[in-house]
Amino acid sequence: MTPAFPVHRQGEKFRYWVIAQGASVSLWEFVQDRWSLLWFQGYQHVSLVIQSLIVATLLALVLACLSYRSSRVTSVALSASSVGLTFPSFALFGLLIAFIPNGVTVSVVALAFYGTLPILRNAVVGLARVDPGLVESARGMGMSRTATLLRLEIPLAWPVIITGIRISAQMLMGIAAIAAYASGPGLGSFIFSGLSRIGGANATNSAWAGTLAIVVLAVLLDLVLNLLGRLTTSRGIRV
Amino acid sequence: MSETDVTNADLPADGPEPQVHGQRILLDGVTKRYPGQKAPAVDDITLEIPAGEIVMLVGPSGCGKTTTLKMINRLIEPSEGRILIGDEDVTHKDPDELRRHVGYVIQGAGLFPHLTVAKNIALVPRLLGWDKARIEARVTEMLELVNLEPDQYASRYPRELSGGQQQRVGVARALAADPPVLLMDEPFGAVDPITRQRLQDELLRLQEELRKTIVFVTHDFDEAVKLGDRIAILQVGSAIAQYDTPEAILANPANEFVEGFIGHGAALKQLTLTRVRDVDLHEAAVARVGDDPAQAVAAAEELGREHVIVLDGAGRPLRWLPLRALRRPDALTRVARDENLESVSLASTLNDALDEMLTSSHGVVVVTGRRGRYEGVVRIETVMEAMQGLQSPAHEAGRVTR
Repeated sequence: MTPAFPVHRQGEKFRYWVIAQGASVSLWEFVQDRWSLLWFQGYQHVSLVIQSLIVATLLALVLACLSYRSSRVTSVALSASSVGLTFPSFALFGLLIAFIPNGVTVSVVALAFYGTLPILRNAVVGLARVDPGLVESARGMGMSRTATLLRLEIPLAWPVIITGIRISAQMLMGIAAIAAYASGPGLGSFIFSGLSRIGGANATNSAWAGTLAIVVLAVLLDLVLNLLGRLTTSRGIRV
Repeated sequence: MSETDVTNADLPADGPEPQVHGQRILLDGVTKRYPGQKAPAVDDITLEIPAGEIVMLVGPSGCGKTTTLKMINRLIEPSEGRILIGDEDVTHKDPDELRRHVGYVIQGAGLFPHLTVAKNIALVPRLLGWDKARIEARVTEMLELVNLEPDQYASRYPRELSGGQQQRVGVARALAADPPVLLMDEPFGAVDPITRQRLQDELLRLQEELRKTIVFVTHDFDEAVKLGDRIAILQVGSAIAQYDTPEAILANPANEFVEGFIGHGAALKQLTLTRVRDVDLHEAAVARVGDDPAQAVAAAEELGREHVIVLDGAGRPLRWLPLRALRRPDALTRVARDENLESVSLASTLNDALDEMLTSSHGVVVVTGRRGRYEGVVRIETVMEAMQGLQSPAHEAGRVTR
């Protein structure tokens, strides 16, 4: 009699059977089995973070440029940013769901909110640290306020701003896991599905796979941002 | 003060006298009040700065000299009064537009650290919308003007330059768009004394070529005497204690405040008034890179000299070489520049020359003219003679006034 499965693929058959039966496998096997799903969720996770990060950077830069010239507005911005960071992310997602039905939108809004804070803080500090003599020199040459900001102050503050962006990126990679709670995209679904059926088959594997994937991607993203920072910083001010 | 000085900026240069490119500046009853302060920072100053001259604003700190300067390019807006550059009232002109036509140099040069030297110099021409080729040519010209090799320095960043070089780039940047007026706010305050002296010489050399109207703020009276065609000594509130030529101020201080400011040794300060170009230079034995060393030795021996000054292709001095170093047949094929070569310019004072001589091991100091070309040497005997010649009339002038 011909076996239903070729002999050399018996092991594979057995594995399918195990999964179907809900028995736990090793983490490595779990990752191999769900590689394409993990890959897809990871891509979605990074994509969510990067898009929120872009929104956050633009928002932070605009706010910083509006506030850095007045020391009073600056201190308000700085304390608002400290207070904002203490806001529990889980609660923010929960609150936002009540107003915004779309999980993806909720995720982007929440992440942009958290992402703005460290960038704003660094941008304000970086802009305030630009040597006032240089600003006066720029104005004395006939550069307008806007030109001074765009061509002198932001380029000089850029290394500090990009550090803020990197801090933000790391933070958002973690917070983005909670997006799954609001049925948003990303690796959070692995963690949540694992945690929600703890003790069940592969529950720990699922949580671990999601967590480790986030850590690995966060490190990769930081490397990319670091490189980007070096490429966009003038050789004259690189440390 | 309502005298109207006809500017000769538009007249063609006649004779060897270089054309005046500067424009007259007139401060007419200018006052600056800050809200919440009872006494005005600048109280009703009226001052005419003739076209093509260097006028030094000098006074103790807090006297309002910097405020006065910054009102000319309206980094500080005057509360009252008018400021005229040429015949144009600039008090109501668009400030950015005004500043693009007024050079501005600050202490420490204020170079943008994230831009190369070339881009720094190109800033104002770019604001004025010059085309690329014109800007590039101008940057090269400016670097040559301030004695920085364009190939070597154009693509460097400010932090790769010494303090003196940064300051020169600062001057080049201020002059890039060829403004008729140059404002300098203690530009040489942050460099060491030797570099400062060289920068001062270079400014005087530049001014011989350019004839801009320069307003220069300093708290150093010696600097004022050396650089100024005229000096305005300011008291608190920018009240003019005396406004005259350095010679007249030294010989005839208007009041006790001025006397106190001049300090002791006014007679010795007269040495600062004599320029190297006013004394007879000596000839040194000269050789050029690429010359035959044997001939150079013969020429030097004929003059009775033991050292030869070697010039580069552009006639700029490179270094002293002793005769024994010239015995080698290839001694003049490649000669390295001595970065510490003691030299003064034609515009330097005898005081500077004396300083340099004291540090030099040769008892002579090389004199350079336009674009750093060799002109001759000054010997210590020359300075001594000039000093003796100066002392007597200055002494008498001093006695007459007391």
